Amino acid sequence: MSLTDLTATELLAKLTQGEITSVELTGVFLDRIAAVDPTIHAFLRIDRPAALARAAEIDARRASGQPLGALAGLPVALKDVLCTAGEPTTCASRMLENFRPPYDATVVARLRAADAVLIGKTNMDEFAMGGSNENSAFGPVHNPWDTDRVPGGSSGGSAAAVAARMTPLAIGSDTGGSIRCPAGLCGVTGLKPTYGRVSRYGLVAFASSLDQIGPLARTAEDVALILGVLAGHDPADSTSVDRPVPDYARTVSKPLSGLRLGLAREHFGEGLEGQVERAVREAIKVYESLGATVREVSLPHSKYAVATYYLIAPCEASSNLARYDGAHYGHRTNQEAMLAELEIERKALDAAGDTEGLDRLDNALVRMYRRTRSEGFGPEVRRRVMLGTYALSAGYYDAYYLKALKVRRLIRQDFDRAFEEVDLLAGPVTPTPAFRLGEKVDDPLSMYLFDLFTIGANLAGIGGISIPCGFSAEGLPIGLQLQAPPFEEERLLRAAHMFQTATDWHTRKPPAI
Amino acid sequence: MTEPYTIIIGLEVHVQLSTASKLFCGCSTAFGSPANTQTCPVCIGMPGSLPVMNREAMALALKTAVALNCEIPRRTKWDRKQYYYPDLPKGYQISQFDLPLSEKGYLTISDSRGRFEPKPIRIIRAHLEEDAGKSMHDEVAGKGDSRIDLNRTGTPLLEVVSEPDLRSPVEARAYLDELKLLLNYLDVSDCNMQEGSLRVDANINLHIDTPEGPVATPIVEVKNMNSFRAVERALDFEAQRQYEVWQETGTIMGAPGGHKTTRGWDETAQVTVPQRTKEESSDYRYFPDPDLVPVTTTEEQVEAIRAGLGELPAALRERLQKTYNVTPYDADVLVNQGRELVDYFTELADRCGDGKMAANWVEQDVLRWLNDRQIGIGEFSVSADALAGLLEKIKGGDLTTSRGRDVLTAMLDSGQSVDAAMRKLGIQSVDQNELETLCGELLAANPKVVEDVKEGRLKAVGALIGQAKSRNPNVNPGQVRELCLKLIERM
Amino acid sequence: MAISREEVKKVSLLARLQLSDAELETMTAQLGDILGYVELLSELDTDKVEPMAHALDVSNVFRDDKVRASLDRGEALANAPKHDDECYRVPAVLGDG
Ligand SMILES: [Zn+2]
Repeated sequence: MSLTDLTATELLAKLTQGEITSVELTGVFLDRIAAVDPTIHAFLRIDRPAALARAAEIDARRASGQPLGALAGLPVALKDVLCTAGEPTTCASRMLENFRPPYDATVVARLRAADAVLIGKTNMDEFAMGGSNENSAFGPVHNPWDTDRVPGGSSGGSAAAVAARMTPLAIGSDTGGSIRCPAGLCGVTGLKPTYGRVSRYGLVAFASSLDQIGPLARTAEDVALILGVLAGHDPADSTSVDRPVPDYARTVSKPLSGLRLGLAREHFGEGLEGQVERAVREAIKVYESLGATVREVSLPHSKYAVATYYLIAPCEASSNLARYDGAHYGHRTNQEAMLAELEIERKALDAAGDTEGLDRLDNALVRMYRRTRSEGFGPEVRRRVMLGTYALSAGYYDAYYLKALKVRRLIRQDFDRAFEEVDLLAGPVTPTPAFRLGEKVDDPLSMYLFDLFTIGANLAGIGGISIPCGFSAEGLPIGLQLQAPPFEEERLLRAAHMFQTATDWHTRKPPAI
Repeated sequence: MTEPYTIIIGLEVHVQLSTASKLFCGCSTAFGSPANTQTCPVCIGMPGSLPVMNREAMALALKTAVALNCEIPRRTKWDRKQYYYPDLPKGYQISQFDLPLSEKGYLTISDSRGRFEPKPIRIIRAHLEEDAGKSMHDEVAGKGDSRIDLNRTGTPLLEVVSEPDLRSPVEARAYLDELKLLLNYLDVSDCNMQEGSLRVDANINLHIDTPEGPVATPIVEVKNMNSFRAVERALDFEAQRQYEVWQETGTIMGAPGGHKTTRGWDETAQVTVPQRTKEESSDYRYFPDPDLVPVTTTEEQVEAIRAGLGELPAALRERLQKTYNVTPYDADVLVNQGRELVDYFTELADRCGDGKMAANWVEQDVLRWLNDRQIGIGEFSVSADALAGLLEKIKGGDLTTSRGRDVLTAMLDSGQSVDAAMRKLGIQSVDQNELETLCGELLAANPKVVEDVKEGRLKAVGALIGQAKSRNPNVNPGQVRELCLKLIERM
Repeated sequence: MAISREEVKKVSLLARLQLSDAELETMTAQLGDILGYVELLSELDTDKVEPMAHALDVSNVFRDDKVRASLDRGEALANAPKHDDECYRVPAVLGDG
């Protein structure tokens, strides 16, 4: 068995006991990346010498008996939406192709402080907008289980990297399912924590009131290990919550007795593919066999979640992405070409005597903005910026944005009521297993509807986890989603671990690579 | 009012609050540093950065709002005001839209010269927002690049918006003076217009009486006024201009061509000139900033702020008039000089027991000295106590007012006490016997004066006072007069 | 169709995007689809519902008014597409941006 097949927890034990060094381990994963990633394209950037140097430094400290952090020597991959000081942070966008933030995201600083080895930056949907990872400006990620299929998005690179054994641990971000959906489609374990549990400082914003950083790994145990490092209050993020962080790694192995699982009626209806439903229902039976009680509950407003989300998220995104205008950082259009273009237009309007047209003609600055943004953003980002700008514009705010905020509260109230009766909600992550690359690119709406089971947690601000629970007839992974009341990550992880002690879906390895 | 119209003015004032650091990050707010040396990922809106609210900025804003008699809602929040401009690096300004931290206040203005009756000017709202940076334009229009300095980006501003309650440029000026004075008393801003820590935009139009009834001219927003004087002049100009345009075109508010426009004040030409705006630029797409959480304020907090405000200018003016018997004009002059000078005055008046006299000396002598030297009362070397000693001597007749001025100058120049300065000037009080001898001699030498006085022309005695002073400069003229009249009566 | 081509064109200026005629066509159709879908919300009566702008019920988060080191100028300007020794440079700012 290769080292790359071991879980982070197992690898950490070997590192601690001196059976392996971090340099060896990091080298093995870097070699695996070199071998596999040309097929998968999970990584946008690898700095082999830097990773090995960091590993050597940790090994040296371990050898000299110095105290080490909780992840000492373990490779961790970062979604390229997290700022890393002095290193490119692209968000898989042409816009930020050459952007090097002068600072580390809080989670990056925490990982460094925990002595993790940051092994590389992973591919993603541009600015985290997408459910298939086809929106990366640098090319899509391929699902390790079937390279003709999508890995899910937007943290597709992180999920595929873990699934293909290129890293034991990865960080993603989840705005509408962007950790859970690729975790489900790639057959790994991915957690979206409660909003406010992990600092967003240094996470390039997509939709600020929905974004949350979380880990992807092979097991709930590994997720617990790294969540303990990521979670906690950060004075630099006004929306990060100041409350104690449980010792997830210690409690994860304690089974929950008397667990009450709820199945939301609305998550088992229209759109859910039969084999996904079967796998999920089988998983529920496993819980019953472990002593859980199961009952049906209702989230009556869940059919409005996608519509609500596709107003709120684009509105916030249109604002968050206004800063990419070519003035202070990022891409700028060729200024000479821009001025020449304007001059041609001006002359044409002049010749035609079109004074109104001349009056409306962009000035140089406006044209610089428009060309810069149209060149720098891909189609999905442009679409969401347009949608959000429209929904916030004069005359539409109440009908769209404000309406969506109100429905958001109804959705949250649904969850609150459900959690009065049950400890966790269990259901599917996605309506189908991984679809084919290109299958939905021309139909944004059908792509959006793919998020229907995961979006609710973001709107409500609660935590959710995706764990492997079976395979489709084509051999594609199927995920089970568990959702918990706010700040009950501990409960989610313990429940996920219970399942993983009783099943081996999470140990399966993509056969092709 | 000679013109057949009423001027309607509302003012929007942006005040930079004197915090050490910016509104949402730790960068310094100091003025005048080299370009782009006071920025960080937060204030230049770098991807991933997040704002965290400055506690002191909120405290200063609330203090000002309470002093402006505003209502303080229990909950306020942050909104994004979105527009593209290179001095606004995030593409939005963090501001407050529908739940400002304060609303519905007023500021009472008055004019000690009586040009208008005292009246409250209603304040619509006062809210916090972050400042933008600075664009420096090339002289040659359209050529070359503009240069952007983001040092000022994120500096806390309090925007105070008045109702259109001002009826003349003079009232607008009075409002600004009073607001600035209040801010000085509260110590929340240095109000330096040159450094941009106080900025004024004015909305102005006219209500014109016509035989067909009153009509309103289109509202104009006037910008780029760099002093209160400029505000007054720009509004004077704009009122006249609007009247002339209306006479020429008849265009009224709301009619075609009657929409609100923006004009800039050209200080050199002393005219307002149109500023180009595009229709779409006013669609700011405000929405709640998801990166910042709401701020709540309790009734108790507001009461504590109110209790800690201290005596504000309006109350102080009233107290000076009542307690020290000074005129409204004097009270105005004193209070407008700021808290420290008022403290000096009240100490002086208390010690010498004569408010009017103290007011005269402070306004004429002390202020002249300070103004000539461009210094504050803190640097005035004669204490209120020492000056009170001098005033007592004058009141007691030991010194004439003009000799008293000489003594004060000597005290200021040499740092000496009253008595030492008087000795240095050779001023001693004249002995009673000496004075009687002198007066007797004068009467003997001036029989005509004696005769005149006896016939009831008391004024005639004045001629003797001059003679007495030339014989002995230290004599007290009042005493000479009194003694001479007494001696004549006995004759 | 919930949105017209002219409206999409206007929004593209507001959003500072430049769309070709073909892109405008596609965008109009796609936004129309999405807006048609979100119409779903209008069947809900939300008159008495408080809007939920934040996922968290947290208020009064402050920092102390302490000055912290700023970036040095080189670091601040390092990512700028165009700058000189002191400032960012952008095409001439004239009138309204
Ligand atoms: Zn800053």
